[in-house]
Amino acid sequence: METRTLTCIRCPRGCAVTVTLEDDGTITSVTGNSCLRGDKYARDEVTHPVRVVTTTVPVEGSATEKMVSVKTAGDVPKDRVFDVVRALTGVTATAPVHTGDVILANAAGTGVDIVATKDA
Amino acid sequence: MSDYDVIVIGGGPAGLAAATTAREDGRRSVLVVERDQKLGGILNQCIHNGFGLITFNEELTGPEYAARYEKLARDAGVEFLLDTMVLDVSPGRVVTCVSEAHGMQHISGGAVVLAMGCRERPRGALNIPGFRPAGVYTAGTAQRLVNIEGLMPGREVVILGSGDIGLIMARRMTLEGAHVACVAELMPYSGGLKRNIVQCLDDFDIPLLLSHTVTRVEGKRRVEAVWVAQVDEKGRPIAGTEKRYLCDTLLLSVGLLPENELSRSAGVELSRVTRGPVVNESLETSIPGIFACGNVLHVHDLVDYVTQEATAAGAAAVRWADACAKHAEHDEKPGIPVVAEGGVRYTVPQSIDPERMPEKLTLRFRVGGVFEDKRICVYLGDERVLSKRRPILVPGEMEEVTLKRDDLLARPAVDKVVVTLEEA
Amino acid sequence: MQDSGFQYDVVIIGAGVSGCATARELAKTNGSVCVLEREDDVCCGTSKANSAIVHAGYDAMTGSLMARLNVEGNALMHELAKKLNFTVKNIGSLVVCTSERDVDGLHELFARGVANGVPDLQVIDRDTLRSMEPNISPSAVGALWAPTAGIVDPFGLNVALAENAATNGVRFVFDAPVMAIERLPQGGYALDTPRGRLTCRCVVNAAGVYADQIHNMVCEDKLKIVPRRGQYMLLDTTAGSHVHHVVFALPSKMGKGVLVSPTIHGNLIVGPTAEDIRDKEGTDTTAAGLSEVAEKCGITVVDVPLREVITSFSGLRAHRAEHEFLIGENPSAPGFVDCSAIESPGLTASPAIGRMVAGIVTDILGLEERPAGEFVETREGIPNMNDLSFEQWGKLCEKNPLYGRVICRCCHVSEAQIVDAIHRPVGARSLDGVKRRTGACMGRCQAGFCTPKIMEALSRELPDVSMENVTKSGPGSEFIEGHAKDAIVEEAHA
Repeated sequence: METRTLTCIRCPRGCAVTVTLEDDGTITSVTGNSCLRGDKYARDEVTHPVRVVTTTVPVEGSATEKMVSVKTAGDVPKDRVFDVVRALTGVTATAPVHTGDVILANAAGTGVDIVATKDA
Repeated sequence: MSDYDVIVIGGGPAGLAAATTAREDGRRSVLVVERDQKLGGILNQCIHNGFGLITFNEELTGPEYAARYEKLARDAGVEFLLDTMVLDVSPGRVVTCVSEAHGMQHISGGAVVLAMGCRERPRGALNIPGFRPAGVYTAGTAQRLVNIEGLMPGREVVILGSGDIGLIMARRMTLEGAHVACVAELMPYSGGLKRNIVQCLDDFDIPLLLSHTVTRVEGKRRVEAVWVAQVDEKGRPIAGTEKRYLCDTLLLSVGLLPENELSRSAGVELSRVTRGPVVNESLETSIPGIFACGNVLHVHDLVDYVTQEATAAGAAAVRWADACAKHAEHDEKPGIPVVAEGGVRYTVPQSIDPERMPEKLTLRFRVGGVFEDKRICVYLGDERVLSKRRPILVPGEMEEVTLKRDDLLARPAVDKVVVTLEEA
Repeated sequence: MQDSGFQYDVVIIGAGVSGCATARELAKTNGSVCVLEREDDVCCGTSKANSAIVHAGYDAMTGSLMARLNVEGNALMHELAKKLNFTVKNIGSLVVCTSERDVDGLHELFARGVANGVPDLQVIDRDTLRSMEPNISPSAVGALWAPTAGIVDPFGLNVALAENAATNGVRFVFDAPVMAIERLPQGGYALDTPRGRLTCRCVVNAAGVYADQIHNMVCEDKLKIVPRRGQYMLLDTTAGSHVHHVVFALPSKMGKGVLVSPTIHGNLIVGPTAEDIRDKEGTDTTAAGLSEVAEKCGITVVDVPLREVITSFSGLRAHRAEHEFLIGENPSAPGFVDCSAIESPGLTASPAIGRMVAGIVTDILGLEERPAGEFVETREGIPNMNDLSFEQWGKLCEKNPLYGRVICRCCHVSEAQIVDAIHRPVGARSLDGVKRRTGACMGRCQAGFCTPKIMEALSRELPDVSMENVTKSGPGSEFIEGHAKDAIVEEAHA
């Protein structure tokens, strides 16, 4: 048996969540969370931690913007975060860009798209 | 006759929410004056996610949150003056502003809502000894350079202060290829949200040095190194603990200050604690008809709470405009003072008129230190009406309690509301 | 007049106030003049970081050059400010005595001032003092009141002198430290700089803390200039009216004290320390120095709101042991004119220093005054929006809408002013250059908001400047270290 205490990052409350695991890794309990997001976060974090990545890429042809902000459309494995960023080097968006447009599909083979978070 | 029923100064999240609410039923004309070319304020450069869980029930990035609110405001019929700098607000609610498009203008408002936001405390305020080279930036300036311009302010970075923008920039700089050597925090606790320590520092093995400060900046033209030392309980560097970090950049995230130059020129009374206006339950300042909300009132951690507060200010501004239209008498009797005690540093609002307060009123406050296992208690006179247990309270996280109008109306003799911390 | 074989009649080393005042005076003659400056702009050394006081002239020893040029410079300053459109305010100064034992010192100072020719001096009593300065220390017993003292915008003065000199034909070369000076066999000098070799008939050494190095390259006698560091703190404009006059402490057993004064930009300045150091580039502040200033300002003034500090800085005075200006042609080096050891009250004295040095050079070279009407005597400054009425600002916007685009929100500096600062003669090429000419970045946010916008203006307006290579204060002080993800690309290639 192992217990791990995590700070939940799913909302600004930052709940201290305690996860109890069997020796084989089976989760037996999650406590301290205030909501279901916290439960999911804790389970993910001890088995396969994930993150949303936000960054920017240059945009060409926009009258107002030099860069367009982007995010992963969903969670990617935490240990692939830098791969996702590396996959974006050399990527340039072309105006017009709309929020939600896919800037790079299946980033670094994670199966997750990179989408724009603003218009440009 | 005023030019607009409500003028909102600032088109960031506070201004947009106040204006949208003021305009909601379409009766009142509402103008937002914004100094930037676009709406959304500082959210535009906050490209990270984590915004909007309360307001929109989903996790948005800053630009997405700004765009959503801009749409709400535009759909409601709010008018905008962009790229326009407000130079003065008179106690009679005449706004003087200047822009490339219109030159100098006087615009009068029935009500004025102050929503100018805050600015970062600069290096000078810290009196860090050493040179004054290029390479020392506030975290927000660096954020703009990286996220809006796509330019790196440096490659090898030390961050002083663990405010949220500093933590966020530790991650941003790292993701863009820089190396962040450490985050030094003068206090024995972080100034930012716990989750930002986890996802911005821990995830990237960036050390957070609590009770540390920068004691010297080296490099005449560009930063070449900074010295970081441990401090004693009074915040004084401890001799012999200094360590030199070779770096080209020092980012500062050492506090945010409400930007109240215009409030001051209007004659609005400011709190020495929050550095924002002193307001009543309607978020009205000491000058009748001038309201305040968001970071100009007191610095918030979360945009969602800014939105809530600004919504209340917008509604109050409309009530004022309605009363003006009816030439109704404005009841200016002083409210019941709200007193912050026992570790509570301040409250917003600072006074309450029970007759004018909404059915439920949110009191927001911060504590002055780290407190473990306490109760937040509210007294009406001598009677405790609220008590809630909190395992930990820290200065970096804003707290709130809700007061019920009925509780106050039922106790007409109450002459003060006390918010305090007690042993659990 | 340009003799054959020489590029210039006069080369002035140093574009501080002394060098630029001399250049402007020489521009009234038929001589050709070049100013060499080691930094990227005018006003980068001692002239930049000082108390910015127009001293009345009671301090220096009677009969000294310092005393004479101080009083003369004080008298010239206001007329010059009108002609060249920079700001001087005659707020007067108080030398405050905080002990009955030291009152004699006050009378000594009074007598010296009178002997130096300082007008309208007065020793005032405690009550008068308190009515003039409510925040004066309760232990104050009296003061020397000098109504002719004041405050000046040191950048404004220096830039105005340089611009007007340039308008009248003086050439400025920046990033050009003088590395060697050769005395030519036919007379005159050749100066080596990284920007090339220049020849001239006459050299003016206005090199500030480096004046000894320059002097010693050609003169038989050796000069030693000690950089005397002064540390200051600058407080927000909210503290600007804590005192209304320049408040000095009368030197006493307690030490020398520091001054507390409003500045021309509405801030409050406290300082300086006086530390003799070795490093001629040692403009860093120290913890000890800053706490000394914090402590000493309380000797004369109570409750200085030190939590309103917005920045601190150090300046180096070009001090020599004799504590006297060194002005004149060196006997061992004909045509080599020192304008050296210009420490306080050098800023005040600068208009008089310029006249004196130019006079010496004129005599050596036999220069003649230019025909009437050729010399442009006045200079139009960059407008300061804070001085304008609603209507005046509005009119400017009609002329140029960019006056309506406010870039520096703390100090209300518009884009038009910034563009103007860049395109003027001897224009700004760096952020600090813009700052010195417009007052942008000097407010409470200390350039936090406007840095990217001013960078943009510099890169847009100057053909050889891009966002990537904009500097704070010349080469080596670039703001930017490449583009986002550059390091990741490099790592992938490595």
